[in-house]
Amino acid sequence: MKMPNLEHPAYPAATLLHLESLVPCRESQVSMLLSIFGERQQFSFPSIFIYGHTSSGKTYVMQTLLNTLKLPHVFVNCVEYFTSRLLLEEILIQLQSCCSEAEQTSHVPCDSFNDFVRLFKQAVGSQELQDQTLYIVLDRAEQLREMEANILPAFLRLQELTDRNVTVVLLSEIVWELFRPNTGCFEPFTLYFPDYSIGHLQKILSQSHPPEYSADFYAAYINILLGVFYMVCRDLKELQHLAVLNFSKYCEPVVNGEANERDTRKLWKNIEPHLKKAMQTVYLREISSSQWERLQRDDGEPGQLKGLSAHTHVELPYYSKFLLIAAYLASYNPVRTDKRFFLKHHGKIRKTNFMKKHEKTSNHLLGPKPFPLDRLLAILYSIVDNRVAPTANIFSQITSLVTLQLLSVVGHNDQLDGPRYKCTVSLDFIRAIARYEHGSASVKTERAQTANEYR
Amino acid sequence: MSTCSVSKGCFVFKPSPKKRRVSQKTANYFGERKNGSDDAELRFATCQSLWNQIKSETEQIQEDLNKQLLDNLVSFLRQSHSEFRERTAEWNCRMKTREIPTAALILGVNVTDHDLTFRSLSEVLQNNITPYIALLEAKDCPGIKNLMQKLMGQLMNCYVDVDSLEDEDYVQVSQSRIRCSMTSLINWYESVTKKKDSETPSKKQTTSSRHLQSPPVVVIFKDMESFTTKVLQDFVVISSQHIRELPLVLIFGIATSPMIIHSLLPHSVSSLLCIELFQSLSCKEHLSTIIDKLLLTTQLPFKLGEKVLQVLINIFLYHDFSVQNFIKGFQLCVVEHFYSQPLSVLCCQLADAKKRVNSLSHDQCENIRRLPSFRRYVERQVSEKQITLLTEDNFLKETVQKLLEDLHVYHENYVSVLRCLHVFTSSLPKYPLGKQIRELHCACLENRVWETEEYESSLQLARMLNKSDLVTMLQQCVEIFVSSSGKEFDKTVEKLKEFLTQFQTLEAEAFQEHDVSVSSQKELQKKTDLYHLQKTLLELKESRRSKKLTKFEMLRFEVVDYIDSLVRKYLVPADHKTLHEIVYFNTASVLREHLNAAPRIALHTALNNPYCYLKNQALKSDGGNISNKAPDICIAYKLHLECGRLINLVDWLEAFSTVVVSAERPNADVPSSDQVDDIIHARFIRAVSELELLGFIKPSKQKTDHVARLTWGGC
Repeated sequence: MKMPNLEHPAYPAATLLHLESLVPCRESQVSMLLSIFGERQQFSFPSIFIYGHTSSGKTYVMQTLLNTLKLPHVFVNCVEYFTSRLLLEEILIQLQSCCSEAEQTSHVPCDSFNDFVRLFKQAVGSQELQDQTLYIVLDRAEQLREMEANILPAFLRLQELTDRNVTVVLLSEIVWELFRPNTGCFEPFTLYFPDYSIGHLQKILSQSHPPEYSADFYAAYINILLGVFYMVCRDLKELQHLAVLNFSKYCEPVVNGEANERDTRKLWKNIEPHLKKAMQTVYLREISSSQWERLQRDDGEPGQLKGLSAHTHVELPYYSKFLLIAAYLASYNPVRTDKRFFLKHHGKIRKTNFMKKHEKTSNHLLGPKPFPLDRLLAILYSIVDNRVAPTANIFSQITSLVTLQLLSVVGHNDQLDGPRYKCTVSLDFIRAIARYEHGSASVKTERAQTANEYR
Repeated sequence: MSTCSVSKGCFVFKPSPKKRRVSQKTANYFGERKNGSDDAELRFATCQSLWNQIKSETEQIQEDLNKQLLDNLVSFLRQSHSEFRERTAEWNCRMKTREIPTAALILGVNVTDHDLTFRSLSEVLQNNITPYIALLEAKDCPGIKNLMQKLMGQLMNCYVDVDSLEDEDYVQVSQSRIRCSMTSLINWYESVTKKKDSETPSKKQTTSSRHLQSPPVVVIFKDMESFTTKVLQDFVVISSQHIRELPLVLIFGIATSPMIIHSLLPHSVSSLLCIELFQSLSCKEHLSTIIDKLLLTTQLPFKLGEKVLQVLINIFLYHDFSVQNFIKGFQLCVVEHFYSQPLSVLCCQLADAKKRVNSLSHDQCENIRRLPSFRRYVERQVSEKQITLLTEDNFLKETVQKLLEDLHVYHENYVSVLRCLHVFTSSLPKYPLGKQIRELHCACLENRVWETEEYESSLQLARMLNKSDLVTMLQQCVEIFVSSSGKEFDKTVEKLKEFLTQFQTLEAEAFQEHDVSVSSQKELQKKTDLYHLQKTLLELKESRRSKKLTKFEMLRFEVVDYIDSLVRKYLVPADHKTLHEIVYFNTASVLREHLNAAPRIALHTALNNPYCYLKNQALKSDGGNISNKAPDICIAYKLHLECGRLINLVDWLEAFSTVVVSAERPNADVPSSDQVDDIIHARFIRAVSELELLGFIKPSKQKTDHVARLTWGGC
């Protein structure tokens, strides 16, 4: 029997070996955790903060560790229980059910942390847990910062507050420095989970091969997959998903009898362009994975199916188009140029001093600037050829454009006099709209726009 | 409380009275105007039934148009969770991340129409897929907490509806006590589905035939754009963690473009979704169908005049793209017509109208005699007939019956010929008479279409059509006429068919002609003599100049002329027809006033010309001068119009007091009182603060004792 890398006197070697096989590439972190936890009845560090990038195995490792070693624990996702009350109640409910399966006591309202401490003591005291450390794992702990100010410091000191053998584990994607409240608090023990390297990814992904095919065959496939996707995506879950989606295509030559499992070059030639296409479509969620699978089955070209970003054109009523164009011009042209672009007899402007230095950088790089309603309407009246009556319909269209998120209101929403807006659409969008209205769009618009572009 | 308004503001919600007898009350309004003598009740009843007919018709149209979309969605929902239900044991299902099936529903920018679509969508889903549907709106969900509350409230209530109130005690869990978290939702779902399984077998059959075994829970986000990023993200993240226990399907209602999903959700969240796209019909097509089915038929006795139709279409195209608003405008036309026109009692099906003519009162007969179109008709008659028409009611009634019949026949013919003309004009380059049939319809209603330049140029273009196009058009016209209800078209159809056969014979002749020309060419080659050659060339040239038209060209001319004659005969504008006032609604100004409100202009009119609203004879002014009897605010307003951007308050007060004083003491010597009267001062201050409230001026810090004007433009 192989000696396990993990060693701990409190647990049998077989369990540890099993645990090790479940958490590949995370052995050092696990052994670190085990040594902090100590034996079952020993008091552990009051709070542990574990951080690391997305899908670096924080949640998975914690869950497997606690489950395999059968340690009493409570696992809560802070996104799901979005208020402190929900969170505390959920912990109590889980505590009740994890200790005594038999009775489902009616749920007790828990409004404050004070109540929580009291109820927690009761719950722990009544169970046979006194001699074991209880672990409370709070996943996505960054949400705690948005709850009441006392929640996070209180959790960090829970051991002291309740005087029970309990350890709180916080899992997060951001570093501890961003958590620390400015009033100060108990510093938890921090532990970093580094990203998986390409070798780690290869190892982990190859582990779960389909039963019909050999491990080597699948490992070769994973190798190709990582070759394509590693540059853009290191998310283990996403890679796993992509691997499953495209595996049937990889096997196709083998199933059809055109190649055998060792014919790597042929298989590579078959799959590589396919994966590249997947990177542009499925990976970006341009088309959904079920659509992708359907395409694979029917052997269709992904070109037939238009992705989400292909549908960019938005049909707008006549005046909405002009309002949007006017808003765009107001957002990206300096106020001083309005007279020049939109007035018939604007007089001569000296070229040399016309542009100030800072205006010479492209306005598109600086982003839209806010403008008042009056300016928007003035430009609108100027760019529409015929007279526009200031009817309620025109004004309501501005509000509609705001709800459609094509414009956005700057400042507070209930400032009724002198509202200010920003145009949030891109140049391409405006171009597309202007093209459709080209017949009637006046030259002024064009001129103002081109002046804008080539600045 | 919700409004259908798109703008911000204060809204008054009146408590709805328990039971209002709406119909009776409104019927009384109809009679109010002229002592109830003009068949008010009958008119009201006609109006109601007509509107009901229109309403059901439009709803039917909408349903037909949405059918394709709804079918696609239903099949998507059917498939969405079936895969996992069947093959959970397989390797690739086990390994794949379970994404939340999501339908991105692109509905177009006409947000007011979406409600109807969502209503029919949830109806269809309820009938075919699942009883568990929640409709969420952004304004109800500023935070994830509100969203969950709303979601659970809707889902748990829907259970009651489905199970026909059988076991109320189960559902009557007071909602405030339910913990609004995903776990309680899952518990609820489990208990509900388990219960279904243990139901009596007969009942189980009925439900399972309609719904799936474990029906998905459908959550519809009505206005995706307005949701905040955080709420959506959190919801997606939470529900993706429980997708195995709770088969959730999301539907995003999108008004702009599906790109909004990517801009609202980061990749880490959108990768949890399995998004498929569904596109609804464009609203322009919807409008065309409505116009086609509602206005260009003889089904409805009520018609829209040219100006009115133009106003409605303009509001649609220029402002909102909303078909619902178009229909509401149409409803307003109907009501306004029946309300304002006493003779609209005859605006019903022909058979009914004839009966009603017989029972018309004397007053109503006088009303008929007063109609301009009828007076024109009378003037055209011989003098004895004129007298009888104007004096004898019975004779008048007979004539009116005949005229109504004429009008009906005119409509029947009009529609067919209009469609026929549209076949021609819609395929011409640059569309001189418009691409859509509604444009052609407006042009024909406006005035004699054959007198317009556009018509002339389209005829010119039609004379240049090639043969295959012409033949297909003629065939289309034949179809239109055959299927039309008009009785006069037998001859027309015959004539058109004759044209078609002529074209076919032409084809046969074309070969022979070709031979002839070839032989003449050969003759030409034979001449080697220079003199002869010159002579024949000259002859050829001569013949070409005064060249006789080929047979095809002759025939083409004939066809176009024939169509022209049809147009001249049948597409006479409606207001040239006698008694058109009965069925046509033509007061566009009323409609414009109601539908295209101009608050600035109304305010200006009220302040500038108070007589317009107050109807006080003393205020009737004859021009720009400031009447001193007007309300104070009007005087202040008029004075401020004469100022520049900054207004000196002292000058303004002085001018104000001069105007007011001259009113009260016209002959008193003004210079005596240098100090302004306190009361006048107070009145002035009130007027100024009222103007500030209305947003015409605001206090300015640039100069002391000055206020800034917020509007531009003088009197």
